Amino acid sequence: MLELTNLSRQFNGRRVLQDICLRLHPGEYVAIVGESGVGKSTLLNLIAGLDRPDSGQLALDGAHYADLSEDALTHLRRDKLGFVFQAFHVLPHLTVRQNVALPLWLKGLSGAAADGPAQQLLEAVGLGARAASWPRELSGGEMQRVAIARALAHGPRLVLADEPTGNLDPANAAMVLALLAERIRGAGAIGILVTHSLEGAKTADRVLHLTAAGLDG
Amino acid sequence: MTLAPVFFGSLARRRVATLFSFAAIVLGVALGMAVEAVHDAALTEFGRGLRAMAGAADLQVVGPRGGFDEALYARLAARPEVAEASPVVEVETQLVDSLDTLQLLGVDVFTLARVTPALLPRPAQTGAAEGDARFSILAEDRVFLSEAAQQALGLKPGDQLRLHAGSQPLELRIAGDLPGAAENRRLAVMDIAAVQQHFAKLGRLTRIDLRLTEGVAPAAARVALQAMLPAGVLIEAPAAAENQAANLSRAYRVNLTMLAAIALVTGGFLVFSAQALSVVRRRTEFAFLRAIGLSRRSLFAWLLAEGALVGLAGGLVGVAVGHALAWGMLAVLGGDLGAGFFSGLTPQLQFQPWTTALYVALGVLAGMAGAFLPAREAATVSPAQALKAGDEAALLGGRGHPRLGLAILAAGLAACWLPPINGLPLGGYLAVDCLLAGGVLLLPVIASALAWLLPTGGPVPSRLAAARLGAAPGHAVVAAAGVLTSVALAAAMAIMVASFRDSVDEWLGQVLPADLYLRVGKISSSGFLDEPQQGRIKAVPGIREIRFTREDSLRLAPGRAPVALLARPISGDGHEVPLIAAARPGGGAPAIWVSEAMQDLYGWRPGQSVEVPLAGRPVALRVGGVWRDYARQTGTLMIDLEDYRRLTGDRLANHAAIFLAPGAVADQVAAALKATGEPGALEVTDPGFIRGMTLRIFDRTFAVTYLLEAVAVGIGLAGVAASFAALAAARRREFGMLRHLGLTRRQIGWMLAQEGALAAGVGVLGGLLIGGAIGLVLIEVVNRQSFHWSMDIHVPWGSLAWFAGGLIALAALAAVLAGRQAMRQEAVLAVREDW
Repeated sequence: MLELTNLSRQFNGRRVLQDICLRLHPGEYVAIVGESGVGKSTLLNLIAGLDRPDSGQLALDGAHYADLSEDALTHLRRDKLGFVFQAFHVLPHLTVRQNVALPLWLKGLSGAAADGPAQQLLEAVGLGARAASWPRELSGGEMQRVAIARALAHGPRLVLADEPTGNLDPANAAMVLALLAERIRGAGAIGILVTHSLEGAKTADRVLHLTAAGLDG
Repeated sequence: MTLAPVFFGSLARRRVATLFSFAAIVLGVALGMAVEAVHDAALTEFGRGLRAMAGAADLQVVGPRGGFDEALYARLAARPEVAEASPVVEVETQLVDSLDTLQLLGVDVFTLARVTPALLPRPAQTGAAEGDARFSILAEDRVFLSEAAQQALGLKPGDQLRLHAGSQPLELRIAGDLPGAAENRRLAVMDIAAVQQHFAKLGRLTRIDLRLTEGVAPAAARVALQAMLPAGVLIEAPAAAENQAANLSRAYRVNLTMLAAIALVTGGFLVFSAQALSVVRRRTEFAFLRAIGLSRRSLFAWLLAEGALVGLAGGLVGVAVGHALAWGMLAVLGGDLGAGFFSGLTPQLQFQPWTTALYVALGVLAGMAGAFLPAREAATVSPAQALKAGDEAALLGGRGHPRLGLAILAAGLAACWLPPINGLPLGGYLAVDCLLAGGVLLLPVIASALAWLLPTGGPVPSRLAAARLGAAPGHAVVAAAGVLTSVALAAAMAIMVASFRDSVDEWLGQVLPADLYLRVGKISSSGFLDEPQQGRIKAVPGIREIRFTREDSLRLAPGRAPVALLARPISGDGHEVPLIAAARPGGGAPAIWVSEAMQDLYGWRPGQSVEVPLAGRPVALRVGGVWRDYARQTGTLMIDLEDYRRLTGDRLANHAAIFLAPGAVADQVAAALKATGEPGALEVTDPGFIRGMTLRIFDRTFAVTYLLEAVAVGIGLAGVAASFAALAAARRREFGMLRHLGLTRRQIGWMLAQEGALAAGVGVLGGLLIGGAIGLVLIEVVNRQSFHWSMDIHVPWGSLAWFAGGLIALAALAAVLAGRQAMRQEAVLAVREDW
């Protein structure tokens, strides 16, 4: 379970997040929408453990972030978090299958042991035949599907997707959002989608609005 | 020029990479310019001195160092083609109790005024009656010194000058100067009869200067007069000696210039690295410029101009530094940089506009050559492709041009068989260039092969580093090209120097078998042992055997430098000589043993019958074998002393090898030997001293080489660091993503260290392979054709292993430091495009 309690963050004296509270259970997939600069990405960074709140508490499956060191947060991300980025961030020098296997390598699996699950995930996102390809040989939509497979490869408890369709055309965007929702639900993970697009947000179970006043919905 | 800020501004943005490229080009241009300027100065001075000495002479008759019969002078002077003839006895002398040497000319003042008036002595005003002063020119104990000689030796008219003459000291009084001598020429002149008498050259001349009758063509006179000259005496134009000096020093100069080229080539590769990375980082900028109308050709030209600008700046600063360096070299090492070609000269540095312009152009060329491939790459990428993510890998992930690389390597192999052109090993240099270019083109293949060999398991940082090397070898190549170049050249020089040093060491052991060595000064033309002195030496107790050696020089062909002649006791099989090839022992003509230079320059082979001019007549000899002579490069002949004495009647000797009787004490025998001559006249040393001194000089000579290499490698490494910094900066998003996935900073640092070590490892591996091949070319082709010296190959495995290991470790460290800089940015910032 993910718990956010009275989370606040300010930058250079400007309050970006104020008393944010949220509780999400496994299998829940929510979308957070809001205007630019309202703090969507800041909230995501706090949840990812990449930034620390000025006040309030964060906990994932009972592990309080405030009690975790930098290294422990790194291990938390490695074991329990998956990410999908707007710009894909697929490593150009790894094959498609190796990119998906990367989180499994980090969990200590050998190359051969990681290949099987990675291939299964690629089949699941419709890229089984492209496993040995290089990222440069893929389209934008295909690269984002690789990124989704990678985000789910190690069985994360929480998947964070930050504007995952920002670099895609509408048709590919719709396909990627549907796939993301399907895979997150299928994995029984908590999913948080941050997006500008209300249409895209509808693929989530519920939509939360982030405003200067807080998070509601 | 409207787009100049767009392109040249980029150089300012990546200051560090630009600075290293600039520094390497400055170094290369400066060294090349300095070597060229020093030799220009020395050759100009040498030529000026020769022209002053030749004066109005149209032709010069020259012979062996021992001279030729003076009766030839009268016969030549009587010829209708000859208007005036001036006889000269030229002796290189050494001052007593000093290492200073002095060129002494014995002249006939009456003919001198009509042929070479510049050498006319001017008596000093010392209070003597004018008539006495005038006649001092003819006195046998008076000598006239040029202004440069007086300054160099710290002497003035009226002072005493003590010279070695035979095994006796000769005291002369300085009676005046030589106002017409070239400004910086250290020279002494005295009456010809006195020189003949003091230096055992009675009835001998070493040169006759000829002024031809008006209307007689020198070429025609040369043919006519040559016919009446005895064997070994040649008639040459006065410029011949200048050409010979230039030829002799040219190989040395070209080799030093090659060293400078190392730095310049490294500079070119650093420009390549910097431009290649810059082009990748600026791909969207170029795509935009192309989209708004910049043509492919203009983009290419502007990127080439970026390299040219770095080269121009490096060239301009390089020539300025080069001139300053040349000034320092002339002051400290002299005109031949310590090689001994131009002793007696004090050259003055002169600004050479064309040479300077050439070196600036070389700097520009290095910059443009380095920028060429990246510029072509950038110009060929379509704007749409350039905007696509992952394009960095496409740009730098190519497999290179292995077939072209192999073809160039094969061309390099073929170039090794080219004969020297105009005495220069141009084929060897071409082979070195081909090996470097081919090696760089094969780098991606080496990188892929190394990646294939790496284990697929292991920690994630190792897997990521290996995957990157295998999938994007171009990244490694960009960083490794500079390493390969500098390592290849450093390894090649190390192999060549180690082989040379070991061969010289072994050779010294072969040529110095005796317990003691005796000589009269270091100049054999003026210091010699006459028969009574040889008798006194033989009578010293405690000696088992003495081998006397006589030295002379012979002229075998017009336009070529004299060949050294050594006469010493040699058995029929020549086992005392460091032979590399021998003929079957045979009867008939006496044997002569020739150095490798004779084999290369004159084509003499073991067993061949040859004619050698001895005592003015051609003597038929048989080549007994070929031997190594690291002391001379224009050729040496060795003949048995008994044969020499029988054929020439010359009973003098220049030095002696002394074998002690059992139980004799070396120091006591040495003291007794010295006591046979005038105090300070004889030098006695043990072979250990000679060997140690020779190797010390060798090491000192090559210390400069090592220094240059170290600078080149240092700049190469700095360039690698700059490449890594640029690559790391370009990979900030990747690092951010990896941090999101759960890699710690330490793991990313470890990954970068391994990437750095792998990239440097590729460069070092390629560099060692190519360096080994270049080392072979230097030994078998460049050295052989330049200096006519063969050597046994010796690879300094230990030093190379330390060098390679150290370089890889430093590269890994550089990669980590570069990565640390890039990782300072928060992971969260790094992955965001819309922050």
